[in-house]
Amino acid sequence: MPDLRELYQEVILEHSKAPRNYRELATANHRAEGYNPLCGDHFTVYLDLEGDSIRDISFQGSGCAISKASASMMTQSLKGKTRAEADRVFDQFHKLVTGQSPANGNRAELGKLAVFSGVSEFPVRVKCATLAWHTLHAALQGKQQTVSTE
Amino acid sequence: MTTAAKRLPREFRPADVRDAGAEIDVQKVRRDFPILRQRVHGRTLVYLDNAATSQKPQVVIDAICRYYERDNANIHRGVHFLSEHATEEFEGARRKVQSFLNAADTSEIIFVRGATEGINLVAQTYGRTHVHAGDEVLITAMEHHSNIVPWQILCEEKGARLRVAPISDSGELLLEDFEKLLGPRTKIVAVTHVSNALGTINPVQRIIEMSHRGNIPVLVDGAQAVPHLKVDVGALDCDFYVFSGHKVYGPTGIGVLYGKHALLDAMPPYQGGGDMISSVTFEKTIYNKLPYKFEAGTPHVAGAIGLGAAIEYVNGLGMDNIAAHEHELLAYATETVSAIPGIRLIGTAKEKAGVLSFLLDSIHPHDIGTILDQEGIAIRTGHHCAQPVMQRFGIAATARASFALYNTREEVDALVEGLQKVREVFA
Repeated sequence: MPDLRELYQEVILEHSKAPRNYRELATANHRAEGYNPLCGDHFTVYLDLEGDSIRDISFQGSGCAISKASASMMTQSLKGKTRAEADRVFDQFHKLVTGQSPANGNRAELGKLAVFSGVSEFPVRVKCATLAWHTLHAALQGKQQTVSTE
Repeated sequence: MTTAAKRLPREFRPADVRDAGAEIDVQKVRRDFPILRQRVHGRTLVYLDNAATSQKPQVVIDAICRYYERDNANIHRGVHFLSEHATEEFEGARRKVQSFLNAADTSEIIFVRGATEGINLVAQTYGRTHVHAGDEVLITAMEHHSNIVPWQILCEEKGARLRVAPISDSGELLLEDFEKLLGPRTKIVAVTHVSNALGTINPVQRIIEMSHRGNIPVLVDGAQAVPHLKVDVGALDCDFYVFSGHKVYGPTGIGVLYGKHALLDAMPPYQGGGDMISSVTFEKTIYNKLPYKFEAGTPHVAGAIGLGAAIEYVNGLGMDNIAAHEHELLAYATETVSAIPGIRLIGTAKEKAGVLSFLLDSIHPHDIGTILDQEGIAIRTGHHCAQPVMQRFGIAATARASFALYNTREEVDALVEGLQKVREVFA
């Protein structure tokens, strides 16, 4: 039986209540919107890219505790990273929340994001955890369309 | 009267129930629903998502099995024993629906896939014939997407305008505004009987009277009403009424469009195919009489028979008794859930049925739903296919508990305890 405490870890709850980098970014040169039509979660991710590296990153929007905490911790973990590094973190994060990342596997680049491992026990919440990441991906690619989880 | 019913304030009790002395023995009724016996995440299942779909009593499951085990054949065309028998069962189900809705004739009962298909049928046949450029279709701000989008499609095609009657902060239709929106350009009115997101019971009788003063036909979406209220299309004098079988303890994939005979008779067919014709040549096809004109192809025979069994089941309990039981339960749930700190009810109309929509502090409904699910409690979270309702209240989603004839006060207590747990997790 999945454990609620694994899903709603203290760190996740704390970030959902007081999300970091939760603002419009005045210096943003990339931005994208993400939307989950099933639940109405909606985020905008702002990026200030300098060459290949993420000089600054922020987000705004509304969503559940999982999606908001994921967005908040994503902005923290990716500030200062290059595109290639961000892609790798997303890849590892995606594997983590979909249960494709062995517990003893290489989670080094995930750092604090490892707290989202409990999501894999709640398949319907995977979209919540990855919404901001898909939005980030779109922002990095310079896509104009709203990203949808569907 | 049950002890539960005795707690009901007198003014809440429908008059005929107060005097009938009838009751719902909810523990006995629960034994009719095999699915309720199971455990979910190690807990007894508390199913409070009945507005999405209701569970099925054994008699409905048996009726479907029996059809496939004993009676299965195509209908209206065979000379053999099974076909005749299947046809009789299918048409018997139609008679049950006719009597259930108090329609004047079985020819006014069209089997469709569900309420959604019923509305689309009317929009695409009556609507396409009568709605032209510059005309208007009037709906309300509390409609389900299924009573918005078919009219939008029609209006876009015809260059017509979709008008929307507003609702109050408590989720009640503003009747005066509704009446002002009725005009010479209004070609059809489509309103929900009971709101799936708010639980509001609309004053459909008055809506129909107002509309008929301008000779405007009215379609009533009864998907959320038929499981909870006695519906009498004859007394309502509505022109069209739709509902879905699966919300009233029947199978999925079957529903009903009721239409007044004269209207249906004048409407062009919806789909072409077998069974909806009298004769076909390459030069000309003569359509079948009602109701078959609107039932192209082999219908959902097992579904119709299952729906017939479901109607017999609720008739056996008595719609008034069901309504009284659910009303008492909703009153109890409203009182106990409201008492939880941080609760905000969405939809506080005076007349409600079956639905308790709410928010809890700033906790997202999805998180509420996940935590309750771990307690074995099934509720719906999200926009309930009524995004304009959410926009009206300036919210993205709600948590919704919705009740059926088999729900108990103990299950409401479990919901309240579950919500306390949600508060603890997010404390």
